[in-house]
This record gives sequence, C-alpha cells and structure tokens, in this order.
Amino acid sequence: MDSHIELTWRARFHRLGSPPAVYRLASKLLPWASALCGLCFAVGLYSGLVLAPTDYQQGESYRIIYIHVPAAWMSMFVYVVLAVSGGIGLIWRMKLAEAVARISAPVGAVYTFLALLTGSLWGKPMWGTWWIWDARLTSELILLFLYLGYMALQAAIDDRRTAARAGAVLALVGVINLPIIHYSVEWWNTLHQGPTVTKFDQPSIALSMLVPLLLMALAFQLHFLVALLARIRVEILDTERRTAWVADLLAGDPHV
Amino acid sequence: MSEFLTMGGYALFVWPAYGITALALTLTVALPLRRHRQLIRELRLMAVQRNRETHK
Repeated sequence: MDSHIELTWRARFHRLGSPPAVYRLASKLLPWASALCGLCFAVGLYSGLVLAPTDYQQGESYRIIYIHVPAAWMSMFVYVVLAVSGGIGLIWRMKLAEAVARISAPVGAVYTFLALLTGSLWGKPMWGTWWIWDARLTSELILLFLYLGYMALQAAIDDRRTAARAGAVLALVGVINLPIIHYSVEWWNTLHQGPTVTKFDQPSIALSMLVPLLLMALAFQLHFLVALLARIRVEILDTERRTAWVADLLAGDPHV
Repeated sequence: MSEFLTMGGYALFVWPAYGITALALTLTVALPLRRHRQLIRELRLMAVQRNRETHK
C-alpha cells in the first residue's frame, strides 16, 4: 500500500517536471505574468518618476535608483537561481534544472549590465566620474564576467549535458562573489554608498521613495519570470522536436 | 511637464538610463517570443515535407 502511494507521488512529480507539462504551464502562465509585469512597471514608473519627491541632496538624478537598485538586486538573485538550478542539475541530472540554468544566464547578464550602466549614468553627475575601481563596482563587474564566462562555456561545448555540468561547477564556484558584492560597501569604505534598504534596524530611505522602489523590484522579478517562461518554451520545443507530443501540438492548435 | 522632461537638469543621465533599460528588458522577452514563432513555423514546414516524402 505504502509503495503504491509513493509510486503515485513519484509519478505526479515526474509529470510535473515532464517537458509537455512544463511547456503547457509556461504557455498558460505567460500572458498573465506579462500583464501583471506590465501593470507593475506602469504603477512603479509613475510612482517613481512622478509621485516620489525630489531628493534633497541629489535632486532628480536620484530617480535612477528605481532601475539601478532593482537591476542590481536581480543580477544577484538570478545568479542564485543559476547556481541552485545548476547544482540540482549536477546532482540529480534533472534536464529541466539544466535548462533553467542555461536560459537564466543571459537574462542575469542583462540585469548586471543594466546595473553597471545605470550606476555609471548616476555616478557621473554625483561622483564626477563614470567609473572607479571601487569594491562594489569591481565585484559587480566580476559578476558580469561570471555570467559571460558561463555563456561562453555553454556555447563552446557541443554536448549540452556536459556543458551544463561544466557550467554548474563554474556557477557554484562563483557564488563566493555574492557576499563580496553585498558586503563590499561595508568592508571597503570607498565611493559607493552603503545599504539603504537592506539594513536590519530601519531602512534609511523615506517611505514615499521606498514604495516605488519595491514596486519596481517586483516588476523586475516579474520580468524575470516572463523572460524565463518565454525562453523555457523555446528550449523545450527545440530539444523535444522529434517527440510525438510536439507533433500532436503542431498538428492541433494553429496558435499553439 | 517640461520640468518632468528636464529632470531638474539631469535629463542627460536619467532618460538614457531609463531608455536603455526599457530597450534591454523588452528585447530580453521579445527575442525568445519571436524565436518561438519561428521555430513553430520551421517545425510545421518540416512535418509537411516529411508527410510528402512518405506519401510519394
């Protein structure tokens, strides 16, 4: 009896992670996630660019924070997703986890690039320089190189499963960079300002500025979800092109 | 309105930051969506060709 129950649970788990199920789920979720993401961006941008007050020190230039900080948070969050899914793929040989790692990397690289770029556009008027070899900036640049290295590795190795394993090892070793990025502003007291939101006692940012920031952070999270759903569909369709269910899918619904 | 556009003199920094971010985020989603449509077209075409081969 027990083994029977276990089997059905295992069967359910396998069905949940099976390519056709994930493909259908992604297709179903994509329009909803996109709509929610668009809504969050609309409200977040309006409250950040129009409703939020002007900063008494930095004037209007501080409004870059509403894309700079979410992009920087996402650059680290996606790296955690990359390392964890890579690790799961490494240990349990789950194809889905390997696919999630592979498609996360370019999205994470985009967030990292945006964090660096918007930081540069904010640094020029406030610090008087586009770039400085400050600890925070340097460790974030290393994060970009980790993403690019991962992507180069995926492109260089023909066998996808070997590439996934090699990439996972690289991603896991690179995790050491995340605490360095986070604590860089405390360990090395250089140009980049300290944390304003993630301080444990009380965030040193006014509520009228914090709310738009959190809305934009949510919008970025949803953007990652949308990007992931859009990419996993392509990935699954591409790898499963010779299977019967894809043939049925193509023959059936004209819009898929 | 013009005050909004000039961003208190920081327009040259604020708007490029927002513009490039908007472009990058849009492309990150639009490119896989386009690839998905392309792939479906390709696979349908291949299925039609395979059918013709077998019915010759």
